[in-house]
Amino acid sequence: MIATKIPNGPIQEKWTQYKATSKLINPANRRKYKVIVVGTGLAGSSCAASLSELGFQVDVFTFHESPRRAHSVAAQGGINAAKDYKNDGDSIWRMFYDTVKGGDFRSREANVYRMAECSLALIDQAVAQGVPFAREYSGYLSNRSFGGVQVSRTFYARGQTGQQLLQGAYQALIRQSAVGNVSLHTRYEMMDLVVVENKAKGIVARNLDTGEISIQEADAVVLATGGYGKIYYLSTLAMNCNASAIWRAHKRGAHFAAPSWTQFHPTSLPQMGDYQSKLTLMSESLRNDGRIWVPKKEHDPRAPKDIPEEERDYYLERKYPSYGNLAPRDISSRAAKEQIDSNHGVGPMKNAVYLDFKDAIARDGKAAIEKRYGNLFDMYKKITGMNAYEQPMLISPAAHFSMGGLWVDYELMSNVQGLFVLGEANFADHGANRLGANSLLQACVDGYFISTHTIMNYLAGETPNVKIDQAIVSNLKKETENRLAKLLAIKGNKTAEEFHKELGILLYTKCGLIREKPILLEAKSQILALQKSFYKDLLVPEGQQINFELEKAARVEDYLELALLIVEDALQREESCGAHFRKEYQTTEGEAKRNDEEYQYVSVWESIEKNVFKLHKEQLEFEYIKVSERSYK
Amino acid sequence: MNLTLKIWRQKNISDKGGFKDYKVTDISKDMSFLEMLDVLNEQLSDKGEDPVHFDHDCREGICGMCSLHINGKPHGPLQTTTCQLHMRSFNDGETITIEPWRATAFPVVKDLVVDRSSFDRIIQAGGYVSVNTGGVPDANEIPIPKRIADEAFDAATCIGCGACVAACKNASAMLFTSAKISQLAMLPQGQVERKERAEKMIAQMDSEGFGACTNTGACSAECPKGISLSNIARMNREYFAASVSSENV
Ligand SMILES: Cc1cc2nc3c(=O)[nH]c(=O)nc-3n(C[C@H](O)[C@H](O)[C@H](O)COP(=O)(O)OP(=O)(O)OC[C@H]3O[C@@H](n4cnc5c(N)ncnc54)[C@H](O)[C@@H]3O)c2cc1C
Ligand code: SF4
Ligand code: FES
Repeated sequence: MIATKIPNGPIQEKWTQYKATSKLINPANRRKYKVIVVGTGLAGSSCAASLSELGFQVDVFTFHESPRRAHSVAAQGGINAAKDYKNDGDSIWRMFYDTVKGGDFRSREANVYRMAECSLALIDQAVAQGVPFAREYSGYLSNRSFGGVQVSRTFYARGQTGQQLLQGAYQALIRQSAVGNVSLHTRYEMMDLVVVENKAKGIVARNLDTGEISIQEADAVVLATGGYGKIYYLSTLAMNCNASAIWRAHKRGAHFAAPSWTQFHPTSLPQMGDYQSKLTLMSESLRNDGRIWVPKKEHDPRAPKDIPEEERDYYLERKYPSYGNLAPRDISSRAAKEQIDSNHGVGPMKNAVYLDFKDAIARDGKAAIEKRYGNLFDMYKKITGMNAYEQPMLISPAAHFSMGGLWVDYELMSNVQGLFVLGEANFADHGANRLGANSLLQACVDGYFISTHTIMNYLAGETPNVKIDQAIVSNLKKETENRLAKLLAIKGNKTAEEFHKELGILLYTKCGLIREKPILLEAKSQILALQKSFYKDLLVPEGQQINFELEKAARVEDYLELALLIVEDALQREESCGAHFRKEYQTTEGEAKRNDEEYQYVSVWESIEKNVFKLHKEQLEFEYIKVSERSYK
Repeated sequence: MNLTLKIWRQKNISDKGGFKDYKVTDISKDMSFLEMLDVLNEQLSDKGEDPVHFDHDCREGICGMCSLHINGKPHGPLQTTTCQLHMRSFNDGETITIEPWRATAFPVVKDLVVDRSSFDRIIQAGGYVSVNTGGVPDANEIPIPKRIADEAFDAATCIGCGACVAACKNASAMLFTSAKISQLAMLPQGQVERKERAEKMIAQMDSEGFGACTNTGACSAECPKGISLSNIARMNREYFAASVSSENV
């Protein structure tokens, strides 16, 4: 049985009630407790800073050379909050509704409501830190609209919202490392979780410069290690994003929820060649003014400007008249994939669709468009060498965000006691599809406002600073040392990068935007074969000390195991919902067909042994929102 | 295209290091500079040699991880980050020299990787608003004229890459430091700690071993985010104003 610990009472009062009754620790006693925070993105930095402000000792770990490098920095578009500054009818309730519906009714109502509720304070917090959000001439904050909703609730800082929010959180963190109780460990990778009697008591960490493995003890552990979309190799994530921290925690008992729910972003730049290492995102905000189309004719060789209006298919506007180009991400991405697969794709590799600003420029003038999106158009030119003021952009769906992650309860605690999982690393508020600009928010509220209370509530029941048995410590250390030594000793002829690329293509083609049983079964056996070959053919250059290839190899080893669970999860769920589209389960109009009777639950996986998983179910109850077909027509 | 690469190799922080030549062939013009290095590294790995270590992460010009002095210029010939530089900026048959950032305050860790934690320590000295979580006013209670918000934003776009230091013959960190001091000096939120911040951050910058500024503007010319020299002028004013009325003597 899965205990979600959702407080009783009306949804509007649950969080207030929780805070009012949660256990506290006297300020003088807080410094006796130590919390480890892994990750310094928005979720990790904000949590670590806030805990230190309260007086707890916090040890922070990141593989980056500086906390400011975490991939939160790359978010462009914006962050949602139900401030209703626009007087357009927004409210906490509406945001709650939009998010549950956007997630295709596969998220937990109480959590989503709380995220919407906390969104108000988050904007205040960021502004107080000096985050320079966009402003109107009046000096007041500006908002814009984003995919999947009909109000303007998105706060933004040009195309660098993530960077600016992260600077705020990074500054709060680094300030605490000067005046508070934060001790920062950069260039450390978490290799394993220390669990003693089903309680998280520390981590196994590797100093990436010296190669030294150490056991770091604490009274609670927070994982805020980000998303694992990079498992698809080509993605909008950074090169070093990985699943290792949560995967190792999973292998130590933490349940993994909805692993196969990965969001493909509809407006990434397409792959241009096979040397390519990543896909760059063009902010979704472009869809406010750009129109998406493909030629009506298959294999149309003409340049876009030579294709007359009546021979263009503005397929999103045609299929979803009320949302048009702002249809939610899963729908837009899948629609693009369908066009590409049916020979309407454009660009040099015929793997893209057009995003056209011609009409917006004619309507508002080039200057207005330049002002709104100048930096994005410049970036497009830099990367592709093409001018988007004169010809439509080429865009294509790319792996982007992991809705799945470690399962957590209302307190953001995993089934392993004292293990808290925040931000993109957990499965929480986004259900089967995340709405744009909701995940910066989730990472922030998890860190600043939620975990601080729930961690204190947990610690209040714990005796601080209980030392771990030395035998356990030295065993754990050995395990990791042996694991790395084994990888170094294979001495095959294929680099970790090559394995990763192969795995990426396999997952993208067989367990990507569109899934199907026989193909998934094929994927499963191919992943197993790839895993076998990994242990036979892997090549890692010598060197226990600083060795980027060894770091990569360990991460790819974990990816190969997670890939199997992803496929397992996609196979098991015989319905379509959000980003999970099973070809066998669609409506006559080709839309995702949920099966609420049988699948209105979150799939929660337990690790039994290597490559063997057991399914548990968290049944979802919808008390406040009527479950309906998710229509954006 | 075919290229010769002259790359700085250095085993670790205490190793003396030196240049080594490599050849890469069949490089596409659409590759990014780092993807070209990926090709080299696959080649080296296949031969059982140690791949060239270089810093990178986001590969979209925002994390500030990538570095590299390319043909004598930080981030190469264009005013952009190395990860956003493409091979179309080079010619077939060219020899490209690749070095790490050179600065006392950025020691080389391995090959092209340097340690930039000195930047973190500058921010740690005061590059923030000392506000705790909670208890802050509604966001719209602090209206900020758009012009000022925009200017503060320009300063806030610094990615902490260190190219400004690498571009400066004295390895000065004035542009980086001034960007943060300016951002917070312009905003109402930064007023309370304004004087103290300038003093402390500048003191930290000096103690890290960064050099003096001689106003040649090489930093701003190479900065991938176009951080303006006017920030340095503002920082100097801030520093002056702080020192005439200093409470931290
Ligand atoms: C290109 C792009 C654009 C986006 N745009 C938006 C947007 O406009 N709006 C929005 O709401 N969301 C957006 N998102 C999503 C959003 O940015 C992320 O979901 C969010 O920032 C994640 O924050 P985080 O703190 O959970 O993780 P991250 O910021 O990814 O931080 C992870 C941290 O964990 C550390 N780490 C990971 N593994 C280990 C390990 N084993 N050991 C030690 N440290 C480790 C890393 O070093 C890093 O510090 C975007 C995402 C991408 C990729
Ligand atoms: S000022 Fe420019 S060059 Fe210097 S660290 Fe910032 S972004 Fe890099
Ligand atoms: S790799 Fe992130 S800025 Fe270049």
